[in-house]
Amino acid sequence: MSAVYIARATSVAARALDGEMMIMSAKDSTLFTLNPVGTAIWQAADGKTPLADIVQQKICAEFDVEPAEALQDAENFVGDLANHGILLVSDEPIAVVKPPAGASQ
Amino acid sequence: MGEVAGVLAQTLTIEIGGVPVLVRTDGTEFLRMLEARYSGFLRPEAQPVCELDVELVPLGKVTDEDEVAVRFSGARWLIERGDLRVEWDPVSGQGSIRQYANPYSIDTALRIIHSLILARQGGLLVHAASAVRNGKAFLFAGVSGAGKTTISRLAPPEVTLLTDEISYLRRNGHGYVAHGTPFAGELAKVGENIEAPLGALFLLHQAPQNKIQPVSEGEALRALMESILFFAHDSELVNKVFESACDLVRRVPVFRLSFVPDQKVWELIA
Repeated sequence: MSAVYIARATSVAARALDGEMMIMSAKDSTLFTLNPVGTAIWQAADGKTPLADIVQQKICAEFDVEPAEALQDAENFVGDLANHGILLVSDEPIAVVKPPAGASQ
Repeated sequence: MGEVAGVLAQTLTIEIGGVPVLVRTDGTEFLRMLEARYSGFLRPEAQPVCELDVELVPLGKVTDEDEVAVRFSGARWLIERGDLRVEWDPVSGQGSIRQYANPYSIDTALRIIHSLILARQGGLLVHAASAVRNGKAFLFAGVSGAGKTTISRLAPPEVTLLTDEISYLRRNGHGYVAHGTPFAGELAKVGENIEAPLGALFLLHQAPQNKIQPVSEGEALRALMESILFFAHDSELVNKVFESACDLVRRVPVFRLSFVPDQKVWELIA
């Protein structure tokens, strides 16, 4: 099974408020509130670390979860955010670039 | 005044939230109707930041859009609904509206253009009532039926209503200022054209007793985002609106206001 890489979409706005990570999907104006596990995945989505490694290092090491179950949940979560344009998903490392200033009027 | 196709076009300048918008039309009766509707907000001496030529068309569909659609195309914003079509260049401020002679279409056009202007400046249009008491503005947000009109109607005489429907917020220094708007709801009463620093945001819930409770920033943000009027599918502006909402809930106290429809609820608001 090939590795899955995830990166935060560059056009997404995110803020931590009172310890809750709030993310706005500019694609459909949906507001997401991430739980601590989701926040850990979001913060580790650097485009370079495989999702399985993120789950192992950030989730299984810090939360009381079964590795297989955690990976399955993480894949579902990543797929959901990807559908809203919040996360980029690839089977290769993702180069994260910033959009040029004023790219959108 | 200008001359369009041999007919003298007349103008009026409507200033909402300190943003003057000039409307130009050759429809004399339509203009009189606008003068009456926006009477407290006319500023003929103001330098407009936006000029709109209104072309009045016979009664009927102007576009095929059922819901309002707002998109940026070819350096212009296009706003379309069945009863209106707006093209507006945000750089020059020039624009045009095709609609038939009713006040609701131009009301919608003005709300959306103001929301686009405000988004860039860190301001917000919010589906909320607002009112001024003792020099401070208070915002009352909630879904339809939560009590925006009711709490506006219950306001004691010393309270000045800014709006019972659409609140206008602009960033100012370390806080926000609420402006009156002519955008009326069920109360059918135009707000006063004044401004005041925003003292608090109340999230309305009708309940068996009056009670005020603080809410977390996360809950405040979720409630505020549900109440913000913003129609454009533009990632940069959507993100700006989100950032403004985050900023507001950090700077302005937000409370859940549970209330019974009785004037005593205003004893809690000061």
